Amino acid sequence: MTLEELKRIKAETLPQISMRHTHTVENETVYKHQVLICGGTGCTSSGSNKLIDEFYAQIKAHGIDNEVQIVRTGCFGLCELGPIVIVYPEGVFYAQCSIENVKRIVEEHIIGGNVIDDLVYHEKTTGEVKEKLSDMQFYKKQNRVALRNCGVVDPEKIEDYIAFDGYQALAKVVNEMTPEQVIDVMLDSGLRGRGGAGFPTGLKWKFASGNRGNVKKYVCCNGDEGDPGAFMDRSVLEGDPHSLIEAMAIAGYVIGADQGYVYVRAEYPIAVKRLTIAINEARKMGLLGKNIFGSGFDFDMEIRLGAGAFVCGEETALMTSIEGHRGEPRPRPPFPAVKGVFGKPTVLNNVETYANIPQIILNGAEWFKSIGTEKSKGTKVFALGGKIVNTGLVEVPMGTTVREIIFDIGGGIPNGKKFKAAQTGGPSGGCIPASLLDTPVDYDSLMAIGSMMGSGGLIVMDEDNCMVDIAKFFLEFTVDESCGKCTPCREGTKRMLEILTKITDGKGEDGDIEKLEELANTIKTSSLCGLGQTAPNPVLSTLRYFRDEYEAHVYEKRCPAGCCKNLLQVVIDPDKCKGCSLCSKKCPVGAISGQIKSPFVIDQSKCIKCGVCISSCKFGAIYKK
Amino acid sequence: MALTPEQIAVKTEELKAFIAEHKDMPGPLMPIMQFAQESFGYLSLENMIIIADSLGIPVTEVYGVATFYAQFSLTPKGDNIISVCQGTACYVKGGAQVLARVEKELGITSNETTEDGKFTIQDTRCLGCCGLAPVMTINEDVYGKLTADMIPAILAKY
Repeated sequence: MTLEELKRIKAETLPQISMRHTHTVENETVYKHQVLICGGTGCTSSGSNKLIDEFYAQIKAHGIDNEVQIVRTGCFGLCELGPIVIVYPEGVFYAQCSIENVKRIVEEHIIGGNVIDDLVYHEKTTGEVKEKLSDMQFYKKQNRVALRNCGVVDPEKIEDYIAFDGYQALAKVVNEMTPEQVIDVMLDSGLRGRGGAGFPTGLKWKFASGNRGNVKKYVCCNGDEGDPGAFMDRSVLEGDPHSLIEAMAIAGYVIGADQGYVYVRAEYPIAVKRLTIAINEARKMGLLGKNIFGSGFDFDMEIRLGAGAFVCGEETALMTSIEGHRGEPRPRPPFPAVKGVFGKPTVLNNVETYANIPQIILNGAEWFKSIGTEKSKGTKVFALGGKIVNTGLVEVPMGTTVREIIFDIGGGIPNGKKFKAAQTGGPSGGCIPASLLDTPVDYDSLMAIGSMMGSGGLIVMDEDNCMVDIAKFFLEFTVDESCGKCTPCREGTKRMLEILTKITDGKGEDGDIEKLEELANTIKTSSLCGLGQTAPNPVLSTLRYFRDEYEAHVYEKRCPAGCCKNLLQVVIDPDKCKGCSLCSKKCPVGAISGQIKSPFVIDQSKCIKCGVCISSCKFGAIYKK
Repeated sequence: MALTPEQIAVKTEELKAFIAEHKDMPGPLMPIMQFAQESFGYLSLENMIIIADSLGIPVTEVYGVATFYAQFSLTPKGDNIISVCQGTACYVKGGAQVLARVEKELGITSNETTEDGKFTIQDTRCLGCCGLAPVMTINEDVYGKLTADMIPAILAKY
């Protein structure tokens, strides 16, 4: 492959697919319409593969299969409304598309030329019809850099990636730049690791770049996205795998490595499949292998599958796992830049970090620096989940406030409930309460309020979620996933979980909260790796902002959110009760008694809190407190 | 579904061939174990011995790796694998209640197999389709936006 060949492929492919950006058909000889269907994990789970088959069947039946191209893409982001179909050149967005709707889209829209009003996306908050992606509230505040190709290209077709300037950054780097120049661009851009800790990428590369050509080195990618509720990296792997391959090759050139490893969770079958196809295609075209772009630079890569261990997201554990051992972390230093995989100098970045790199090379450090805040440059991808209207994947400039993400893009909280907290950083992170909703999202601001950027999971909780219970949930996770190598993490998190269980069971005692804090601080300072050092964060941060909830559990034996079952009481409001006796007939344990036409009462010693009485009462007189 | 002796013999040969092909790559152990797990559905002691002997490492090392990672199983699994997501997004939307109902219906707890060998329950950390929370999968089928009441009808399909 030469630069000329790359340009030729681009020139041939771009006119066919440019309508996805320009919304006009530039070349009448190619497809008049393109139907893009999301093939991400979310939409595949809601049946997008069957939709694709049906589209093929329908365009064939109508004899327009040479005019319409069906494309399976990566994630569009709005997973809540999957499966999603976008029809180009107009760019009309059809959400929650059913098999039956396919026929209508083909007949009324593609053949008839009319946008189908009742199928097109409606703004959830206002009910307005929004035909195009760019008009939708969900996309307006987003700025897609790492996700630029997700939902635009066919991830299984390398030509699509090349058409949108793919592999040009690699060509430029190996032919026109010295490794030092690339490092300078990376340093100047201010790109920081998107996996959580935010270490400057350029610095990492610089540390590993010494003694080039004389020692074996490796480039690794951390795709072990273990934070439950985070799916940023998966979406890049599924939607735009070539950007990762290109960036890893660039890293290889910079540090002088000829071999790369991508460590991917085994739970991501679609991502693994698409990445495998992408690597093979890149090899076939000579974009991986020997003498890339005639520069004399060799680079190849392979996939290593994780096997279900959260701790393997920690860099030293990940490398130990690639070597084929129990994925236990080891002390640093030596850092991976000195001693990494198989004892050799290694650069390890996460998927989203890599996805930014080709763009930085092509558009320059100045362009990248113009996005974001003073210390956090560029954009960040977040996976929105939990009690939020628009569950999905969003990419926003650093410095966007939590409020903008949750309410403007995410559409707020469903069912008219009140926002309580947002959790970022998963089991290593913390909560952001309502009073701090205007915090700008960047590494340092989040750290200052006791949370962290993390890899980008953002889970929203409403008034029905108990914060003590959430802290317990995360502790259960870390206890389960602690590798057991160091004592503070192995034993300490377990003791913390015991105390939390006691508190949520209504057996909390005076002094428990203080004991939790003491344990938390000890584990933080004395654990071996990032997992243990951050494991107490969910507890510390909920204690910081929701201490009153802990105190209510311990001292008043009450769960304010009405979530911890053992602390609940089901009671009858005597003012509302008409004395109809229906509840006492429904109660499976005979806990309710009273005189007809006067208020009934519940015997708390018998009540099993099943809630049957609440749903049976016609007057809304029974409630949990 | 238990494997017949003939099937085991064929699969064992396949495993040996895979080992021969991959034993000289850097860090061969996990890919080989993953192949065996995928092929047999679990890692039997016999297979762990085969792997250890071919790589010239102690069986304890293979066993150590097998017990470290959640993906490896030392016992055979049921015909249908139920994974109930216990990730954060599913948890705040009631994933725990869904799991409790599945356990109640089948009379087993998580990571156990029913006596007839029909079902195995796994609690899983995030299946990655948080838009459908709470979610469970049975084999390749995905069931989203679940409530506990929907469970009996879904299980009846298998």
